[in-house]
Amino acid sequence: MSEQNYDAIVVGSGISGGWAAKELTEKGLKVLLLERGRNLEHITGYPNALKAPWELPNRDINTRQLVKDHPVLARDYVLAQSNVDYWADERECPYRETKPFDWFRGYHVGGRSLMWGRQSYRWSDFDFEANAREGVATDWPIRYQDIAPWYDYAESFAGISGSKEGLSQLPDGQFLPPMELNCVEQDVARRIKAHYADRRRLIIGRVANLTAPHNGRVNCQYRDKCWLGCPFGAYFSTQSATLPAAVQTGNLTLRPFSIVTKVLYDRDAQKATGVEVLDAETNQTREFKAKIVFLCASTFNSTWILMNSATDIWPGGLGSSSGELGHNAMDHHFRCGAAGEVEGFEDKYVYGRRANGFYIPRFRNLFADHRDYRRGFGYQGGASRQGWDRNVAELGIGADFKEALTEPGPWGIGMTGFGEILPYHENRIYLDKTAKDKWGLPVLGFDCEIKENEKKMRVDMMNDAAEMLGASGVKNVRTIDYGYTFGQGIHEMGTARMGHDPKTSVLNRNNQVWEAKNVFVTDGACMVSAACVNPSLTYMALTARAAAFAVDELKKGNL
Amino acid sequence: MNRPDPRPLLNRREAITRLAMLLGGTIVGAQVFLRGESLAGKSAGPGFSPADIALLDEIGDTIIPPTHTPGAKATGIGAFMAQLVQDCYDEEHQAIFQDGLVKLEAACVRQNGKSFLQSSPAERTALLNSLDAAARQKQNPVHYFRMLKELTVLGYFTSEIGCSQALRFVETPGSYDGSAPYKKGDRAWFSPPNHFIRS
Repeated sequence: MSEQNYDAIVVGSGISGGWAAKELTEKGLKVLLLERGRNLEHITGYPNALKAPWELPNRDINTRQLVKDHPVLARDYVLAQSNVDYWADERECPYRETKPFDWFRGYHVGGRSLMWGRQSYRWSDFDFEANAREGVATDWPIRYQDIAPWYDYAESFAGISGSKEGLSQLPDGQFLPPMELNCVEQDVARRIKAHYADRRRLIIGRVANLTAPHNGRVNCQYRDKCWLGCPFGAYFSTQSATLPAAVQTGNLTLRPFSIVTKVLYDRDAQKATGVEVLDAETNQTREFKAKIVFLCASTFNSTWILMNSATDIWPGGLGSSSGELGHNAMDHHFRCGAAGEVEGFEDKYVYGRRANGFYIPRFRNLFADHRDYRRGFGYQGGASRQGWDRNVAELGIGADFKEALTEPGPWGIGMTGFGEILPYHENRIYLDKTAKDKWGLPVLGFDCEIKENEKKMRVDMMNDAAEMLGASGVKNVRTIDYGYTFGQGIHEMGTARMGHDPKTSVLNRNNQVWEAKNVFVTDGACMVSAACVNPSLTYMALTARAAAFAVDELKKGNL
Repeated sequence: MNRPDPRPLLNRREAITRLAMLLGGTIVGAQVFLRGESLAGKSAGPGFSPADIALLDEIGDTIIPPTHTPGAKATGIGAFMAQLVQDCYDEEHQAIFQDGLVKLEAACVRQNGKSFLQSSPAERTALLNSLDAAARQKQNPVHYFRMLKELTVLGYFTSEIGCSQALRFVETPGSYDGSAPYKKGDRAWFSPPNHFIRS
């Protein structure tokens, strides 16, 4: 068994790990960035990004074989031949479902930063204070003012486009110019604002797609093929942004095919000494040593590593003494809202494929509004003219049918809510040692469900959407509830929460594991509640904040 | 699982939902796309002869005929349909499709007194219009003609000819205009199938 020494080890190369690597290397630390999957190079790693629709096998309609090989991915839209290589192979990495759980993972350099939805919103103090105010779970150990400068910092580097709105529930940030609402969305925005006396607002999505050249990166080309990887580097990903910055320092060592199986823990020093790595190609185990360890392995995998660490001292793993490790799993519930048809605007169309939609910030249970459930939801949606795949059944077949489909159809508009899921102790993940993955490692089991609070909220998510569309003159409005499976939002949060007290939390206010101060968890695992906004920007900010703290402490000799 | 048809349900991860919604319904055989677990052990598919593909070409070209732009046959629609049925349909729908070709020929002989390939363009169109009307009345099990029509539309408008001649296709638009002028007759931009963008 050989050893190698670094100042810092970062586990995972997705959004959080990429940020940790960038921040720590830029501050002069020699960093080992470990990624369990293969390397995936910027641009050359995106084989389908520039293909025309007719160049994709079966025009990218799923084959029986593809579905058979990927039964979990096939549960939702994520399965497609054109980017199936970006999703973890569930045959190699199975998991257990005590209750139905959709776990969509990215096991390669960049992780899900390649496939993420890029919607980027700040939390507000309504979110950070909610647990304490309502007596739910435990209090966040930080407030908006603690993270606000780090939001500034993260946005300034990542490049987030958006409009300044002055909303206290959705703080403004350091935005690049906003993308444009289309003509129908603008009209609906005006009507909603008027109808609700500005208590509700429809705005353009705040998105990590560049609307102007930024830090040497090219602006968005409006191709709407982000999920295939962007050869222009126009959206934020590890590959386009944080990894090149880390590499440029000369301080980074990137090691793909490195599955971290545990944090090595020195019981006397009460600190980590490094990590144990299983080489995914050779099955050889080796150790790497460092002064600090950042776990950014994705929410549930960071917790998996903790559960497998220091089990000779704590059977439940490092950080388990509070009894909260693995608990309080969260996501956002969605896939319910409303849609309808828009009359008029026949003389208007769009040019370009905008990889973004509109956003309606939370309005429920804020200010003077009170509902029979806690928290709230935001909406994401869009308006567009129908295309060639619309129903023109009345035209039968032949030339008229063909010609009708070569012109755009009527406008439609739709939206789905994204709702907050409360942190329930009983929503948990656990190690299932009876099942093994390809490498003989124990797998995670999931035991999570939404409860009454979320179910009540979904009624509002449908009805409020329908009411707003109706008030905006939209015709044939219908409510939608396609159902929700836990995990489907791919907004995994919780299971190693921050807190004020080691008796009730896994991490302190600086994302340090209470029992191992030189171990930081800065991905979604650290979240104490879920808010209703997309969480990735918050992981970026928390990671940068923790990295600055860690280097400071290191210099002071405290780690 | 149902999917919306006016597609603009657009949220976080824009990805094409490959599942649904051609011609206002769930794409035929969509359970293939939805329920992988039911597929284990199914056969490799029916197999299509050159004569089948020639027939499918002519059916496709009747559904989407040449006008000022080429028709479906010019895009190789027969081979496309055969491949999708072979690779993507489940066994039940493969059988309906294959039986359908036999039924279509039988209906053609009844209606026109000759085979589909021997029928004139007007006779072909009349036959397929009557089948289309029948298909719209029949939801479950799905009528084979709906499969033929959906596959033709899908194959045509995702082909190079369909994208860039019948429609307009720009790989790299470079900018966005959400209030662009439009006048009747302007062709639509190509957008991927089922392109209601989702979370």
